[in-house]
Amino acid sequence: MDYLQYLRLDKMPHIWCDGCGHGIILKSILRTIDKLGWDKNDIAMVSGIGCSGRTPGYVDFNTLHTTHGRALAFATGLKIAKPKLHVIVVSGDGDAAAIGGNHFIHAARRNIDITMIIYNNYIYGMTGGQVSPTTPSGKKASTAPYGNPDMAFDISRLAQAAGAAYVARSTVYHVGRTDKYIEQALKKTGFSVVEILTPCPTSYGRQNKEGTAVDMMMYQKSNSVSIERAKKMSEEELEGKIITGVFVDKEQECYLSRYNEIVKRAQSIK
Amino acid sequence: MVMKKFPKITINEQWCKSCEICVEFCPKKVFDMGRFYPVVARPEDCIDCKLCEKLCPDFAITVTSPKET
Ligand SMILES: Cc1ncc(C[n+]2csc(CCOP(=O)(O)OP(=O)(O)O)c2C)c(N)n1
Ligand code: SF4
Ligand SMILES: [Mg+2]
Repeated sequence: MDYLQYLRLDKMPHIWCDGCGHGIILKSILRTIDKLGWDKNDIAMVSGIGCSGRTPGYVDFNTLHTTHGRALAFATGLKIAKPKLHVIVVSGDGDAAAIGGNHFIHAARRNIDITMIIYNNYIYGMTGGQVSPTTPSGKKASTAPYGNPDMAFDISRLAQAAGAAYVARSTVYHVGRTDKYIEQALKKTGFSVVEILTPCPTSYGRQNKEGTAVDMMMYQKSNSVSIERAKKMSEEELEGKIITGVFVDKEQECYLSRYNEIVKRAQSIK
Repeated sequence: MVMKKFPKITINEQWCKSCEICVEFCPKKVFDMGRFYPVVARPEDCIDCKLCEKLCPDFAITVTSPKET
């Protein structure tokens, strides 16, 4: 497949560090769009701020680079104004679960027909490694130099609890599964979330002595367990493990269809 | 004699950032790490799985299947 047809070549090479997994996720997205045969003009990619938020700058779709945490608010307006567009939001763990946490849970509750790809590297990569809501407890960050005292958010479970129609988690190492989940999410009518764990060797790996991107991907390889297997494991056995798989895949009425109903009803009142 | 055909692997050194993901994760160990960039040391061992291409974060590897050439 020719990835370059989807890139803004004048913006390449991208700014992501050597070994940053963000580029692997972008490739998965492009491969899936290519497989689905979608026209570039029918796609809108929206982001907030962060290394992950730089993604739309590299692709030749309709793109919006918005303010930190607010991508979903812009994307919601876009989807309502142009319902035929395939709206894809790309977001970091900080963007999605910290400053944008409320937009995230309410978009899920609303079940607006948007696909959100979350690049979870457990850290604020862009700004130098501050603690994020997904930084595992005890891990170091520039704002938690002796270890993070907080419990981490489980983004997939959060999306599930808030009412998303599709939720799956993968890692950049498990690239085949990532492609499959992104495809299922893009095809879903309703709010779909794919959380992808990605190494940030620069701002997270270094502080936590986790080695190179290769080492961090090796960790993903040997510490991932499927949801099915996780169900048979105890809490102790699951300590430090990455649970991957499809958490939710259900049919439920999406926001636009309810919204259009209300518009019709309101217009019929004399 | 029929020559065995194998895929063509190209590396864009302008975009490669030397992360070594391809060197490590190629199931057939087709690459060696050079001084700065990976080197396609054993192209004849390539099984055309395209894993290196998929895992290269920098869009720097292209694997062209024999049938595509
Ligand atoms: C309103 C606002 N607050 C704070 C910032 C500073 N800032 C820029 S990126 C970022 C965090 C990004 O982390 P994440 O979303 O995880 O993306 P990553 O860089 O890890 O991909 C922060 C706090 C900002 N740009 N705008
Ligand atoms: S700081 Fe981290 S997230 Fe940002 S480009 Fe570098 S490796 Fe990627
Ligand atoms: Mg992050």
